[in-house]
Amino acid sequence: MIEMQDLRKDFTVRVKAGRLRREKRTVSAVDGVSLAIEQGEMVGYIGPNGAGKSTTLKMLTGVLSPSSGDVRVCGLEPVRQRTRLALQIGVVFGQRSQLWWDLPLGESFRLLRHVYRVPRDDHERRLVRCRELLGLDEFLHTPVRQLSLGQRMRGELTAALLHGPRVLFLDEPTIGLDVVSKQAVRSFLAELGRGGDVTLVLTTHDLADIERLCRRLVVIDHGRVVHDGTIDELHARYGSRRRLVVDLDTPLPAGFTLPGATLTGTEADGHRVTFTLDGIAAGAAVAGLVGAAAVRDLSVVEPDIEDVVAKLYTAPR
Amino acid sequence: MAEPDKTAELRNPYLALLGGKLRSMASYRTSFAVELLTNAGGTVIDVATVFVLFQAAARIGEFTLAEALMMTGLTSAGFVLADMTVGNIDDLKRYVRTGTLDAVLVRPLGVLPQLVCMDLPVRKLLRLIVGIGVLVVAVGMNDIDWTPARVLLLVISPLTAAVFFGAIFVISASLAFWWVESGEVGSAFTYGGRDFASYPITVYGGWFRAVFAYTLGFAFVAYQPALAILDRPDPLGLPAWAGYMSPLVAPAAATVAWLVWRAGVRHYRSTGS
Repeated sequence: MIEMQDLRKDFTVRVKAGRLRREKRTVSAVDGVSLAIEQGEMVGYIGPNGAGKSTTLKMLTGVLSPSSGDVRVCGLEPVRQRTRLALQIGVVFGQRSQLWWDLPLGESFRLLRHVYRVPRDDHERRLVRCRELLGLDEFLHTPVRQLSLGQRMRGELTAALLHGPRVLFLDEPTIGLDVVSKQAVRSFLAELGRGGDVTLVLTTHDLADIERLCRRLVVIDHGRVVHDGTIDELHARYGSRRRLVVDLDTPLPAGFTLPGATLTGTEADGHRVTFTLDGIAAGAAVAGLVGAAAVRDLSVVEPDIEDVVAKLYTAPR
Repeated sequence: MAEPDKTAELRNPYLALLGGKLRSMASYRTSFAVELLTNAGGTVIDVATVFVLFQAAARIGEFTLAEALMMTGLTSAGFVLADMTVGNIDDLKRYVRTGTLDAVLVRPLGVLPQLVCMDLPVRKLLRLIVGIGVLVVAVGMNDIDWTPARVLLLVISPLTAAVFFGAIFVISASLAFWWVESGEVGSAFTYGGRDFASYPITVYGGWFRAVFAYTLGFAFVAYQPALAILDRPDPLGLPAWAGYMSPLVAPAAATVAWLVWRAGVRHYRSTGS
């Protein structure tokens, strides 16, 4: 559905060099990205600010032309076949609205039907579904400029889907949303993905989006793909471990060791300790502890994807 | 039996865009009325300038007030027609800066027609009336020896002037593709060009006239056609048929505009400013 072959995008920037002199410098925003995304996949695209996420998305949607390399979306060349591609893709660029600011939300949907030339019954069917799943009815008659960010984002999602796109591109769909709206957007996208007809590519800073939605995770940094795989693979590769957090009635005896685990934290005067499990099963670690210490409570903590990704970003290139 | 065409009831997408704009405007009635009046006021002042000039001197650049008003009229009629249709392309720099252009690029429609349809300058409606009114007054004030060719020229000239100014609007706006902070530089050519063409070009000096009138082609907006309509020899020496050249000059300008626009969009896509 989407193919990128050694995709690059260079920008020329002028850098101050001295009082009046400006030096031209070439910066690679996207530096040789090759990816293939199949129909029905849900791919999360993450990376720090300026990593090249949005630039990639713009090349996939025909907004920017690549400096070199090949890109195909739905078998089309995005820039050269822009208008044909536009009928097959839906795009939600968080800051760039597709809605009519001064008109009621529903009016935008009606206008988009003519822009995308969608037959009435197809349009109705899709709109009814979005209205149900995204709860649009309470603000369908409100001018877009009066909508909250969360409501507007739900409107944008609907606007991007009314022409029945095969691929949906989302740039930061949950940025700035409150918890309830975030949940609404995520469940909606999850539901959309379940059908398996729509391919979904989203960029985000919120890794909960990825955990909830995307089996596949592409991490990009400095314009290059540094990870492409599942979240589990990411943990395995970067050695993230599960942790065992234990509350104790009395602190552990000095020199206590737990085979297969390392003591990595002590809090509350030794009444709470944290072990990082190095390959040992949580059950075995618990059994070893209970025999040796006065355990009051314990919990197993899954590795935190934020930590892994933070490690990735700061890793030397 | 043939499948019924399910898209038959759909409106033209560009008309839909214009309709959307019209309804958007209806939500700001007061500010719309204010804009309408200030716009008309601006045009009245422009025309008054011409009269004031003739108060100071009975003849200007070897032309009488009535003759000069013919040039002002052709220019103002052509300019308002262009301004009404493609004038809002002026907003391109704002679209580039705010990223609206990206949203335009992901729609299944042409970029230029979309931007043109994103605004509906009904507020300039009074300008249209004033602009064409000046031309009507100018025709009334002159004693014209009507021939079929001159009638045709009078009808066609505002249209070719409109095409010409439309081209200038597009070229000026395209500046934003290379230079986002172009500010009002583009206006020097649109509004500046209108002001230039409003007077007999004989009032301008040497190189300035050579550049604006003949190199950029502003002489063919109103000056040359007006001479042909009034049956006046050109003090600058061009033959009478020069007045009939506008239908060639205008499409040439439009072609240049289209090429500049295309290059601009291409540049935007390679820089993403």
